[in-house]
Amino acid sequence: MTTAVKPMPRVPMLVKVTLYLRLLAVQGSWNYESLMGTGIGFTMEPALRLLPGGRGGAQYRSALARQSRYFNAHPYLAGIAVGALVRAELDGEDPARIERFRTALAGPLGSVGDRLVWASWLPFCSLIALGVYGSGGSAFAVVGTFLLLYNAGHLLLRAWGLRLGFRRGLAVSSGLGNPVLRQGPQYIGSAAALIAGTTLPMALGRIVGPGRAVAGGVIVASLIGILVLARFREHAEGWRIALGVMSLFVLYSVVR
Amino acid sequence: MSLLDALPLALLGALLGLDVVSFPQAMVSRPIVASTLAGAFIGNAGAGLLMGAVLELIALDTLPFGASRYPEWGSAAVVGGALNAMQEPGMGGALPTSLLAALLTASVSGWSMVVLRKAIGSQLAGVRDDIEDGSRRALVSLHLTGMSLDLLRGALVTLTAMLILGPLVHAIVAVWGTEAGLSRSVVVVSASIVAGGALWKVFHSVPRVLWFFVGGLVISLGVMVLR
Repeated sequence: MTTAVKPMPRVPMLVKVTLYLRLLAVQGSWNYESLMGTGIGFTMEPALRLLPGGRGGAQYRSALARQSRYFNAHPYLAGIAVGALVRAELDGEDPARIERFRTALAGPLGSVGDRLVWASWLPFCSLIALGVYGSGGSAFAVVGTFLLLYNAGHLLLRAWGLRLGFRRGLAVSSGLGNPVLRQGPQYIGSAAALIAGTTLPMALGRIVGPGRAVAGGVIVASLIGILVLARFREHAEGWRIALGVMSLFVLYSVVR
Repeated sequence: MSLLDALPLALLGALLGLDVVSFPQAMVSRPIVASTLAGAFIGNAGAGLLMGAVLELIALDTLPFGASRYPEWGSAAVVGGALNAMQEPGMGGALPTSLLAALLTASVSGWSMVVLRKAIGSQLAGVRDDIEDGSRRALVSLHLTGMSLDLLRGALVTLTAMLILGPLVHAIVAVWGTEAGLSRSVVVVSASIVAGGALWKVFHSVPRVLWFFVGGLVISLGVMVLR
């Protein structure tokens, strides 16, 4: 969808900063009725005060109600929607058009964000942190590495999304073709696989403690278990398996 | 554990529970961070880090997609890290028992998130007309109430878990009958199988992913042999 972009409306820096900070709490009222909708309204609210009539005016109230309805997206990419919708409201776009745009945007922002963040960036950063742990890093080094690396991506992604949305308004869909969003998960996945192979044995070795024979046995048993679990993946939730195994093992170790 | 001892941990659990979804999702709630912080709170960051590494492997299996239901690791990692850090050094049962306590807490805490979301939905139904009328007050109140309830949820889950599971873990560790090395090995094998399965689930569609993994494995084994 291509749309002629109107000149940028003037939004004070303080309002932009407030939007960004509120974006960090966009899921504060997440619920099964409107999903992220009320959070989008809450995040956009400071910018809507710039509409003619100001806070409490007819345009403000109408826009706030519209933007608080059902919506869903990945939280880190919600900034794209917030920026674009703020721009649309301040440009005085037709409300029906804004509603249609809102509906069309929700799906892609959810699936693209899930793939890029939850299924790529987060496990990648976890594996890096486990690698620092496995190579003997201190608690400070492990925690610091994870938080700095992860949040460099997280905070930049939110800021980029907000800026992109605000600059392009209803034409923001072209920005979703960004190479980072389209091919990022594949490249991160390749890097994560390499890092998993490198770091997991070292992390497991450190958890087990001294003794190469034990560590070797653990790695072999783990590889066999992983193959079995990968085969029956659809029928098993990993954390439930761990819960079951630990329950039985604790029971065994107490009653024996 | 007394109520007074558990309160600081409950506060930590509340803040990290809030980070999971509501604010700011900076992943301070990831087990490797949360559990280490809890261990440091008790005065044994190393034990917290150990539990954090194990829980992080298991948490790789959790993908918090949309409205899916999943275990909540922030408060659970605080419980696991704190309990592991509280046990006497060298006790074989400390790691598996604390891990079981953390997994149980994660399960209950995940359920509490569902209850919270339903409660916010009920509250929304009560103020829907006001919000449809463009009431800023109704919207901001709903949002801040949701965040406050989430904070309270994390605190209650952590506090309850510490008060119930704390003495239980201590008692089980005292009568533990399996050798320490074997106990750790069972924990590590379980966690690594879950992690391996999770990584396969997430990355199996990436081209040549197995080659990348095997390449990493060769590097790792080379480093281990040279050490």
